[in-house]
Amino acid sequence: MGSGSVFIVFILMALVSVSAAVMMLLSKNAVHSALWLVLNFTAIAVLYVVLNAPFIAMVQITVYAGAIMVLFLFVIMLLGAEQLQGISGVHGTERYHRAVAFVLVALLVVGFGVVIFNGGTGGGETAVIDASPVALGLRLFEAYVLPFEVTGILLLAAIIGVAVFTRRKKKEA
Amino acid sequence: MELTIDWYIGLSAILFSLGALGVLTRRNAIIVFMSIEMMLNAANLAFVAFARHLGDLDGQVLVFFVITVAAAEVAVGLALIVTIFRSKKSINIDEINLMKG
Repeated sequence: MGSGSVFIVFILMALVSVSAAVMMLLSKNAVHSALWLVLNFTAIAVLYVVLNAPFIAMVQITVYAGAIMVLFLFVIMLLGAEQLQGISGVHGTERYHRAVAFVLVALLVVGFGVVIFNGGTGGGETAVIDASPVALGLRLFEAYVLPFEVTGILLLAAIIGVAVFTRRKKKEA
Repeated sequence: MELTIDWYIGLSAILFSLGALGVLTRRNAIIVFMSIEMMLNAANLAFVAFARHLGDLDGQVLVFFVITVAAAEVAVGLALIVTIFRSKKSINIDEINLMKG
């Protein structure tokens, strides 16, 4: 692809992901929020492809947009929590809290903006490197074997934790 | 226009800020959780953009780990939400103040 078409893809995906994020925040129905978030994740997966990260893009779609969001939808529907407490339903002191939140986020955006547009990141674009799943796997199992093992332990701990959490006591059953 | 890394970092910053806004303003625990996922995703986008910029695979490997940890975090977090909902019949984070001093 030429640099012009890459730029158009970036602008399109940036618009899609940001508007999906805004819609996620504004949706009253939690199921709609989850679906907007899936759109957001998918748009970012397209950007990963543009950024020479095809394997990460596929992982993003299968694990994030697929598995994690299905888990979210499952819990929302299990609890019947679709309509609980939208952004409205403000009472009393919460208005004050919301104003503080907006000011904090505005400061966050201004901070990022100052850093990006003053200093920038410097340096030119480097050559495209080999980022195929093979290259990524070699890097993972050569340089990052120990973190990989630790991740396995983390997942095991998560499995045990979830099993303990959600187990009903025998008296209740 | 030249598509430099600054554009990606800018998009990442916007998405992160929107996620932070969601965490701070929404009261539904599940939506708060989804906003946290969006912030993790914004960080991942920055990682991949820097990996492209620096011509180094390490950023992509790190994203791989972040996604794994996020999956574990979601499983535990949703289990917590289900457990809280069972006992309190609510997932409004303002009503979950059992441990308040």
